Amino acid sequence: MTWGSATLLPLPVLVPLVSAGLTLALHRHPRAQRVISVVALSVVVATAGVLVGLADHGPVVAVIGDWTVPVGINLVADRLSALMLLVSSIVLLCVLLYSMAQGVADGSDDVGLVGDGDRATPDEGDADEADRRDVLPVAIYHPTFLVLAAGVANAFLAGDLFNLYVGFEVLLAASYVLLTLGGTGDRIRAGSVYVVVALVSSLVFLTAVGLAYAATGTVNLAQLAERLPDVDPAVRLSIQLLLLLGFGIKAAIFPLSAWLPDSYPTAPAPVTAVFAGLLTKVGVYAILRTQTLLFPSTGPGASRVDQVLLVLALLTMVVGILGAVAQDDIKRLLSFTLVSHIGYLIFGIALAGSASTAAAIFYVVHHITVQTALFLVVGLIERRGGTTSLDRLGGLARVAPGLAILFFVPAMNLAGIPPLSGFLGKVGLLEAGVRDGTPLAWVLVVGSVVTSLLTLYALVKAWNKAFWQQIPDEIAAGDVGEARLPRGMVAATSALVVGSLALTVLAGPVYGYAQRAADALTDGHSYVDAVFPGGGSLGVGDSAVEDPAVKTGEVGH
Amino acid sequence: MVVLDNVPSAVLVLAVGVLFATGVYLLLERSLTRVLLGFVLVGNGANLALLIAGGRAGAAPIVGNADPAIPLSDPLAQAMVLTSIVITLALTAFVLAMAYRSHQLNGHDEVQDDDEDRRIARLALRNEAAWTDVDAAETGETLDEEAAEVHDDIEESLQVSTGPAGGVATGSTGEEGEP
Repeated sequence: MTWGSATLLPLPVLVPLVSAGLTLALHRHPRAQRVISVVALSVVVATAGVLVGLADHGPVVAVIGDWTVPVGINLVADRLSALMLLVSSIVLLCVLLYSMAQGVADGSDDVGLVGDGDRATPDEGDADEADRRDVLPVAIYHPTFLVLAAGVANAFLAGDLFNLYVGFEVLLAASYVLLTLGGTGDRIRAGSVYVVVALVSSLVFLTAVGLAYAATGTVNLAQLAERLPDVDPAVRLSIQLLLLLGFGIKAAIFPLSAWLPDSYPTAPAPVTAVFAGLLTKVGVYAILRTQTLLFPSTGPGASRVDQVLLVLALLTMVVGILGAVAQDDIKRLLSFTLVSHIGYLIFGIALAGSASTAAAIFYVVHHITVQTALFLVVGLIERRGGTTSLDRLGGLARVAPGLAILFFVPAMNLAGIPPLSGFLGKVGLLEAGVRDGTPLAWVLVVGSVVTSLLTLYALVKAWNKAFWQQIPDEIAAGDVGEARLPRGMVAATSALVVGSLALTVLAGPVYGYAQRAADALTDGHSYVDAVFPGGGSLGVGDSAVEDPAVKTGEVGH
Repeated sequence: MVVLDNVPSAVLVLAVGVLFATGVYLLLERSLTRVLLGFVLVGNGANLALLIAGGRAGAAPIVGNADPAIPLSDPLAQAMVLTSIVITLALTAFVLAMAYRSHQLNGHDEVQDDDEDRRIARLALRNEAAWTDVDAAETGETLDEEAAEVHDDIEESLQVSTGPAGGVATGSTGEEGEP
């Protein structure tokens, strides 16, 4: 194996995994832990940045351990994977910095300290009593967070169905630990729902992998794409539906979304932010990948699952946002908007055209940054106001004007106010829907406009309650909350908000990239050709890399 | 292709079916311990399904070691099953720990309902707003009424006692007693 661009591919998985081991070993040295985590995630960001550039010239393929392709594990970074990887790693880095400033990361959380029968369920207000430096048996936050990063990267880069499953399991296992951090009553309650639902979805996924292997004799995505058209349509449909069911639970599509608003809000703010931003999107990514590559809506034996997905997308949008309107807690409100906006993504995927897929990809990128930013801001609000309940907040715009800006910008972005990126993504989706022209697509167009308005309503309501009105006595008297927010938390949040604004400014190039990614996806050949150059299923090494311009110079990280 | 006779034995298929059926039944229970047992059963069912997806058993898949007359087993399915067994084991351990912690905290290990959800549902039943006005609680006026007063200063003609529904939904609840 020579040094080439493919050498970069395993890094986003390996670096966080190795660092996770290191941080676990160095659990008595919080400072070393921080340095390692930040460096590891920075390396991933840099690698992902390079991969985004490389993948624009054609998918980058790495064969692990020189096992030939259909047998061994291969990692593939096409434009979609690379873009998702870049955005998610930036978000992960920001959240890590945020959590380090918050103190959840350096062991001041009450991890492992809750005594027997301790029924008190301190939310992280307790963990937030920052300077409490308890000596802990193991400071597990950093290792788990890095394992989560590795799992996310693995899921995005996986070139075969089973590796995708492993990636999912790695990130889910990490998420179980993060969600139940500290083992307080609330988190165990929320965690048990989350864990059980996630376990079921994983089992469904695993069964689908088994079925796919039984039907085709392969789990390699490229090879599956070649062989699935020859499989009996009923078998293929059942594989498709099983995969959709598994991914749909993870992505929180409507009838399978009830677990999400229940379980996310109890976790510490940075954990919720990462979950909201990334975990559902990994499910969406998996749906996008399998639907476009394995079960294209055109061609021989295409099923009508797209129609089902369209209906589900509509229900996800409307039911989700109606849930958000009813909430009086910002975290729960945002969790419901998260569910609702997954509907937009499914809308784009279900239309299954190049334009709609491009819009969906752009919208994913937008939504990851904005949703994460909003949850981080809510963490700040909780710090400042001592609560996330809209009933007990008020007047924050006067008390903390900077915080108000940090909330207002991503909130308007999420609601899709022009000229922000949310608006651009929605316009792209609406345009694709109108161009599709079927009655169902028109219904969805109307539905997404209504959802957009209701999102605005829900967020403006939150704004009115939390930032306007009179300052509640407790906040005015300084009984709750801290007047001075930790600079690191503010900086990390600001970075994400600025990032979401940059997405607006750079919408042209990003949308162009998404369009090229979508063209390659709907075309389908470039992925298969990159994994099997020359069409044969024989082993390939770095020769699969199509880009001759890339040499070792950029690889030196 | 390595896959030999792809038709699995009926007994194994039946075993997969039984494992899934019993497992799903247990997964529908409320107690985490039973859910865990259900997960173990369904997990084993899925693993078994993956294993028999590789076809019938043949010789040990070690190149150069096997009798060339007997076809090799499919090593890929076995490798995958091994991985997923490890994953199942790890998750079993985690759920077990969680069930124990739940028992420690609550004295039972049942999956509980979401209080917040119930609260919102009760509010909806009583047809109350999910939130109240902080200002209204202090001054006895809703935002709309206040806004109307400000209006009055500017335009004397506008004497509105109850503000029309503006951009702000007002949560008029029992808290604003005196006008």
